Amino acid sequence: MIELEGLTKQFDDLIAVDHVTLTVPAGEVLALLGPNGAGKTTTVRMLSAVLRPTSGHARIAGHDVSAEEHLVRHNVGVLTEAPGLYTRMTGGEYLDFFGKLRRLTAAERSERIAALAEQFRMTFALDRRLHEYSKGMSQKIALMRTLLHNPPVLLLDEPTSAMDPASARLVRDAILQLRDTDRRAIIVCTHNLPEAEELADRIAIIRQGKIVACGTPAELKKRLLGPPLMALHLARQSNNGVIPLIERYASVVDVGDAWVRYNVEDPGATNPVLLKALAAADVPVVTLSEVHQSLESVYLSVVGEKAQ
Amino acid sequence: MILQEHAVPWHDVKAQWRQLAEFMYPVWVIAQREIKDTLRDWRIVLPIVILVTGFPFLANFTASRGIAFVNQYGAGLIIERLLPFLMLVVAFFPSSFSLVIALETFVGEKERRSLESLLATPLSNGQLYLGKLIASSVPPIIASYIGIIFYLVLLRVSLDWRPGFSLLLASFVMATAQTLVMVTGAVIVSSQSTSVRAANLLASFIIIPMTFLLQAQAGTLLFANYTALWMIALFLLVMTLLLLRLGIRLFDREHLLGRDIDQIDLRGTWQTFRDAALPKGPLSLYFEEIPRILRGARTELWITVLTILIGGLIVGWWGTANFSLPVEAFALDDLLTVEGIQEAISATNLISEFSVRWIFVNNIRALLFAGFLGLFSMGVLAQLLLMTPIAIIAYVALQVGNIGINPWLFVAIFVLPHGIIELPAAIVATAQTMRMGDVILSPPEEQGGVLGVVREIGHFVKLFIFLVLPLLLLAAWLEVHITPRVVVHFLGA
Repeated sequence: MIELEGLTKQFDDLIAVDHVTLTVPAGEVLALLGPNGAGKTTTVRMLSAVLRPTSGHARIAGHDVSAEEHLVRHNVGVLTEAPGLYTRMTGGEYLDFFGKLRRLTAAERSERIAALAEQFRMTFALDRRLHEYSKGMSQKIALMRTLLHNPPVLLLDEPTSAMDPASARLVRDAILQLRDTDRRAIIVCTHNLPEAEELADRIAIIRQGKIVACGTPAELKKRLLGPPLMALHLARQSNNGVIPLIERYASVVDVGDAWVRYNVEDPGATNPVLLKALAAADVPVVTLSEVHQSLESVYLSVVGEKAQ
Repeated sequence: MILQEHAVPWHDVKAQWRQLAEFMYPVWVIAQREIKDTLRDWRIVLPIVILVTGFPFLANFTASRGIAFVNQYGAGLIIERLLPFLMLVVAFFPSSFSLVIALETFVGEKERRSLESLLATPLSNGQLYLGKLIASSVPPIIASYIGIIFYLVLLRVSLDWRPGFSLLLASFVMATAQTLVMVTGAVIVSSQSTSVRAANLLASFIIIPMTFLLQAQAGTLLFANYTALWMIALFLLVMTLLLLRLGIRLFDREHLLGRDIDQIDLRGTWQTFRDAALPKGPLSLYFEEIPRILRGARTELWITVLTILIGGLIVGWWGTANFSLPVEAFALDDLLTVEGIQEAISATNLISEFSVRWIFVNNIRALLFAGFLGLFSMGVLAQLLLMTPIAIIAYVALQVGNIGINPWLFVAIFVLPHGIIELPAAIVATAQTMRMGDVILSPPEEQGGVLGVVREIGHFVKLFIFLVLPLLLLAAWLEVHITPRVVVHFLGA
């Protein structure tokens, strides 16, 4: 479990993280979204007891990041922004080194390395020097390092960056498995919004160090983009009289030659009534569908303008 | 805190060892990895191999040719003295390679962005620091040993020369000590620098004193003074411990990751210095500011007083026991007039001009020099420097005692009239020098300790200008105009 309460980090005059309060229970993935310099990496560094909070508290698996740094680092697996590998080592040596630092026995190390290599399809690469690895392979070995000691809490900064689609799928599946089967508490920092939408149970958007929005993807969409958007396509241009008719039931957002877009609070209740009214008015409806509103729209509505 | 966590009862030796082994395990893991990494880098290995194999050949060749040349003129002694020195040079070059490795330790990892994952492991600062330190020390120390052995084998074959056991041991200890001091210094530089480039630029502050030290070693070996060689090695080992403590104290994960640009806050530094050095007003200066600084340096004042008095007395006593002066050396009849005293002082060649100006300037020069040395030796050299005149006074007083004159009377007549002012001034300056050294050694938390050091330098300037200088001027005047009259009065009586 990850708990943050009023967590703040100040570097001289810059407040990098400003009174962030969040909770991530076991078995949940929280995606931390935000523009560059928003405070994501600083938050992760505080949670991994590398940076000291200026004020506020954070607990990782029950341990305070300021008072029990040693135990926090035991219980957390951190995937850093850059893989940062020791390139003269082989993949196997690298993982073995971190396994030793994590106090795993030789048998545990060998078992865990083999299992992770199998899971991430990296067995063939364990004997190769790390400087021979592609970016995606480097990212995978860094992720394996993060998971090596089976930590209950995972902090993953851009876990699929530089990966090909197949590898990214593999990693996303692994994260979902860690959440569902192993009941890990996971924070994922990412700029990949579809990925965040797919992985995250909840999304927190951070801007200038502050959490400006937090909730499930559906909640955020509803809260930030308004009620569902419907698209009505007509057989011919027959707008005359149609708009006032629709506006009796919903609020029209946009109008084209042979289409209308409108917001409706409760599509299940309103749409059948509306369709009936349109048929009665002899308006030829071709399709009526909900317009998919992406997380990107949510994100941009929160940080878009300011980030630019 | 190097050793950590659960306190183990001191009498449970087994548990103590177990805890030490627990602590050292990750240290070895880091050290092993880094040593392996170093040995895989041909850019480091190749020059070391060339140095430990090629340079001994060159040194041997030089020695052989040198012996053949100087033997023509019967000056074989010179080259005989050169052989041990070349042995130290052979050891020094590979050990200087420790800088290349040590400077890379933290800042190199930071640049390669591999440091954060290491910092996120459950290692204590001490474990991380020691692991890096051992990894940087071992290859150059072994290279130095190989260089010495190779050189000695060649000398044995070509000149049938071999050093005595004491010299051999001193050389190995010296090679180890100089590598350790360079590595501890360089690791501090590496952990405090923001880029490898900055660390390399700062490395000159390590290599310059080490080359001076090599010169000092040359001097001691030329006079076959192996005791001095041991003293230098001991000094280096003490410095290593001090630097190790400083390094662990300064080591901070947050600073390692947080600072991204090379930047000196000149304005803030100047402001701190100005606030510390400039008085707020004449009354506040003498009734608030100077007393406050002296209260802050209370421990250092006590240490200085005790060190110079006890140390000076011991050295003076040792000198008296070993180098006794004949009675004729004390021509008290010459001291019956002020002019006679001035002539006697000039005859010692210790003072070129017995005037207020000369004594004043000389004392300022000595205390500033002590301050400079003290800054780089945590105050130790400043203490030693101030101990020297006390030792001389003690030596002369005890000698005077041997010829039947009360040593306390001698001190009261010859030293006290001006010394009662001069000595406190020197003690204050030396104690503040030690304080500067202490702050370097245990910097305060704020802003990496830099401002703490600047503040203490500012305090030194304030004390020096507004307290020490007036006292020294008064003491110089007393020494020239009053002390000789007191001496004449008493001796005449």
